[in-house]
Amino acid sequence: MLISTNWIRDFVDLDGLDLDALIHRFTLSTAEVEEVYHKGDDLKDVVAGKILSVENHPDSKKLHLLKVDTGDQTVDCVCGAPNVREGMIVPFVKAGGMVGGQTIGVAKLAGYPSCGMCCSAAELGISDDHSGLMELPADTPVGADLTTLYPIRDVVFEVDNKSLTNRPDLWGHYGIAREFAALTGRALKPAPAEELGQYDALPEIPISVEDDLCYRYTGLRVDNVTVKQSPIWIQIRLYYCGSRAINLLADLTNYLMMELGQPMHAFDSAKVDKIEVHRPPQEMDFVTLDGQTRRVDPDTLLIYSGGEPVAIAGVMGGLASEIEEDTTSLLLESANFDGVSVRKTSTRLGLRTDASMRYEKVLDPEMTVPAIARFLYLLHEVDKGAAVISRLTDHYRRRYDTVVLTFDKAYVDRYTGIDISPAQIVKTLTALDFTVVQNGDSFTVTVPSHRATKDVTIPADIIEEITRIYGYDNFEVHSTRSLLAPVKPSRAKREENLIKDMLVRQFGLHEVHSYIWWDAKKNRELGIAPEENVRLLNAMTPEHAVIRNNMIPTLLCMLKENKGFAPDYGIFEIARVVEGLKENGECNEKKKLGITLISRTRSERALYFRLRDMLAALADDCKHAPLVFSPAAPTHSWQHPRNTAALSLAGQELGFLCTLHPANLEKLDKKAAVVCAQIDLDDFAAITPNELQYSEPSRYPAIEADLTLLMPNGVWYADAAKCLERVNCPVLESVRPIDLYEDALGRSLTVRFRFSDRERTLSREEVEPYLDSFLDALRHHGICMK
Amino acid sequence: MTQRLAELKKRFSDAAEQVRDSDALEQMRVEYLGKKGEVTALLKELKSLSGEQKKEAGQRINGFKREVEEHLAALGKRLREEELERKVNAAEQYDITLPARETGGSYHPITLVQREVEAVFTAMGFVVEDYAEVVDDYHCFEALNVPKHHPARDMQDTYYLENGQLLKTQTSAAQNYIMRKYGAPLRAIFPGRCFRNESTDACHEDTFFQVEGIMIDRDISISNLIYFMKTMLSEVFGQQINLRLRPGFFPFVEPGFELDISCLICGGEGCPSCKNSGWLELCPCGMIHPNVLAAGGIDSEEYTGFAFGLGLTRLAMMKYGIKDIRDLNSGNLTALSQFNAE
Repeated sequence: MLISTNWIRDFVDLDGLDLDALIHRFTLSTAEVEEVYHKGDDLKDVVAGKILSVENHPDSKKLHLLKVDTGDQTVDCVCGAPNVREGMIVPFVKAGGMVGGQTIGVAKLAGYPSCGMCCSAAELGISDDHSGLMELPADTPVGADLTTLYPIRDVVFEVDNKSLTNRPDLWGHYGIAREFAALTGRALKPAPAEELGQYDALPEIPISVEDDLCYRYTGLRVDNVTVKQSPIWIQIRLYYCGSRAINLLADLTNYLMMELGQPMHAFDSAKVDKIEVHRPPQEMDFVTLDGQTRRVDPDTLLIYSGGEPVAIAGVMGGLASEIEEDTTSLLLESANFDGVSVRKTSTRLGLRTDASMRYEKVLDPEMTVPAIARFLYLLHEVDKGAAVISRLTDHYRRRYDTVVLTFDKAYVDRYTGIDISPAQIVKTLTALDFTVVQNGDSFTVTVPSHRATKDVTIPADIIEEITRIYGYDNFEVHSTRSLLAPVKPSRAKREENLIKDMLVRQFGLHEVHSYIWWDAKKNRELGIAPEENVRLLNAMTPEHAVIRNNMIPTLLCMLKENKGFAPDYGIFEIARVVEGLKENGECNEKKKLGITLISRTRSERALYFRLRDMLAALADDCKHAPLVFSPAAPTHSWQHPRNTAALSLAGQELGFLCTLHPANLEKLDKKAAVVCAQIDLDDFAAITPNELQYSEPSRYPAIEADLTLLMPNGVWYADAAKCLERVNCPVLESVRPIDLYEDALGRSLTVRFRFSDRERTLSREEVEPYLDSFLDALRHHGICMK
Repeated sequence: MTQRLAELKKRFSDAAEQVRDSDALEQMRVEYLGKKGEVTALLKELKSLSGEQKKEAGQRINGFKREVEEHLAALGKRLREEELERKVNAAEQYDITLPARETGGSYHPITLVQREVEAVFTAMGFVVEDYAEVVDDYHCFEALNVPKHHPARDMQDTYYLENGQLLKTQTSAAQNYIMRKYGAPLRAIFPGRCFRNESTDACHEDTFFQVEGIMIDRDISISNLIYFMKTMLSEVFGQQINLRLRPGFFPFVEPGFELDISCLICGGEGCPSCKNSGWLELCPCGMIHPNVLAAGGIDSEEYTGFAFGLGLTRLAMMKYGIKDIRDLNSGNLTALSQFNAE
């Protein structure tokens, strides 16, 4: 929103103040100023010049040769404006003067001397109108400097609208002026307004408000408006604040909205002489004054007149009842509508107007009457003949409660941490129009209506008022008196950090981040279809609608996109998935670690075991416990039916390790091996790690013995190990596989047993019987010695 | 004998001239000094001599034997040197200027920045908490004093799920959970991934990271907030930070602030990256709204607190000069593998 400091000066004396510093202060205490414009600084020696004579240029149809009276001399000027005529008074830049930052010198134009330039309003920077020369009123003193005639010099600043969302009172100059008054400690002057009681004898306007979405509807009818154009100073202010002059009545409603923040609407009183406010019984079309036909639904509050819809409440008037050039009478609307309703309507219609933007901030209904009084005052300033033909008709359907807050000095001290004096508290709040009753260290504050619609409701809100005017830069800063307590990171956090460190530093993997949803398009390229899962209602594209239930498909897509990055690499991500819905209907959100490895240099078998080793290392380092891998049936289409393994630790199932189904692998990379694994980190974190158990090594030499076993189909090492565990052998130190090979006889596995005793050296004869027991146990599972 | 010795000497020195490698040398050693060698044979013949003759011949033969030994040793040494030199010269010279093969892994830049932030806050007594990404309306809005129909719900375009839950739009969604978990007094930070339904471009992502912090105790004040923010941000950026607070509206704090820091590039002088203002808008913060404390089961009469939200994604971009936010979730290893050190 653009704010003119000239306009502010109507209400606060800013003389002698550094405006730039003050605007900066406003940023720190009220709302962010995005830009400051110094208007009119690019003008110099622009005076009211009278055109004494106009001659056609002999060689040009467009150019004229003028004699211009600049007040102190008569000069020649070559002018190309179409509306130039003798006797006209226009803005004239004298030779050596400046307009739009450009110096105008003495020059020869098309063969004739030209000592200055006649200007359009656009060239002066006070309007968009560059159709011709700006014509000044006939009574303008010739030679007078234009910047003394009109408020062209101004400091205009732009406030970030977003920083005003909770301040309905700041959507007009008067509210900003109130802030300036508080910041400078100067008085806030009332806006001159007309006494409306004098019209009480006139007839009422038939107004009926039948809907709670309308808090208040105030109207007044005025006739015999004959002046069509706004005075130039009003036009300049509107232009500087981002609007443009249309006609007097439209300009005055805009002016009032920009001054008091109260949107107003002027209906042509010949077409609208009564008002009904309600929602339409059914959906219908309505043509707004921008000429667009809009579909309004039964939730939209409308203004009717004699049963005909004439405006969308708080958003825009209708084309049919618009003020036109020949309008001489108006019905002035100054109303207050429900903010949420206006916001919804404007969103639904895709029509955000200056009015709707203000209403949705929840405006103060107390403003409707002062706005009319002020409108009338300004109208009579311009058009003395305008006649009020109705009494002020005011329907105040809903009121906001008066907000009274009580707090004491200790409360302020506690919140601020500094000592702000009671006098300062009273002064600040009073300057902001709060009514303060001080009783010792206690304050009872009545919130002014323009802050009481939603903004200030609790004592903490008062703290903000006191501190922002006090200035956060002026705060004495100190630490707390809180007790310090030792902080220990959670096990989950420590383990997650350790896992990342191991994967990056020990195994050289790359950490990636992705999205929580399936990318259906990218997965399709791998022959993977999103699995059914909870969906987003408002995904950017249907391809991203399904929330992912597994980390791996995304990671596989990334491998495909990183083709050529390296012959052999791996990526991982720690992130969330949703594994369907829980019984209570909520998402079963899980934190997962996903890893994928790709290699063109290693065999799939080598890669599979490499990933197996990584996972085992993670479990060992975090939990001091062995991760158990067992062949499992695939649960996803992309998992290899023969090489999918379930992972578990301490009896808790944690995830899977698998190679890729050839159908998907071929689409990813025909020449590479790919393996993947996923671990549930929530379940992983829940497992209590084993304590480190130190076991003293035996001081006597160990005996080793190897057995080569013939493994039947479908029997795995883990089956053999389980058989061996059942044999009670107190001197067995370890048993581990040392070789695995396949030949004509089948799969052979060589296991090495290591025996030792803490007390003595064992003899080979002593351990032989154990080996027999092991073999016996294995035979029960169909495993024989080769 | 003398003559034979002379002949042998001559033959030896002629043969030695011809020796070119260690094999030939060994052959010569065997020929002269071996058990059946020439010198050994001569020594054996000594038996047939006697007295002075034996003594003299013995001395001469042993002298010759020493000569042969020394000569062969010298020859061996020379041959070894030549051999090594040949080996050295034959060896391949490696092109060490070839670029090093990249074998190290890499952390995601968010992990790096998050760890730095966590370290700073942990050192100041804050616990680090984790929270869900799929949350309900209550935690994301209601408990944060954002009632239904509040414009704040429009400001953040929320991803809603068909089961009525939503993807958290802000880390503040964890405030209620953490207050309920720990009670007061409390100091905690909670980094997390957030989601907003908006179109992506170089500066906007629908999936990004924030870190939220709260501190609640009996007399936490605005003055404390400024102190902590200044201290913590100086640590995070590794340099003394100047900051300023401006009023800012967020429903879950009152008063609420926009916190600006003096521009890190120009130091506050004004430059293009701070739009000549000397300040960078960094993070929203404020005193926790009494309604939010109450929703978290904390007595707002007894306790006050402050909260702030820092954009981890933004921080990572500032720190590493990442221009396009989309690189972060791209999985593009050409970009991401560069973050290979903590």
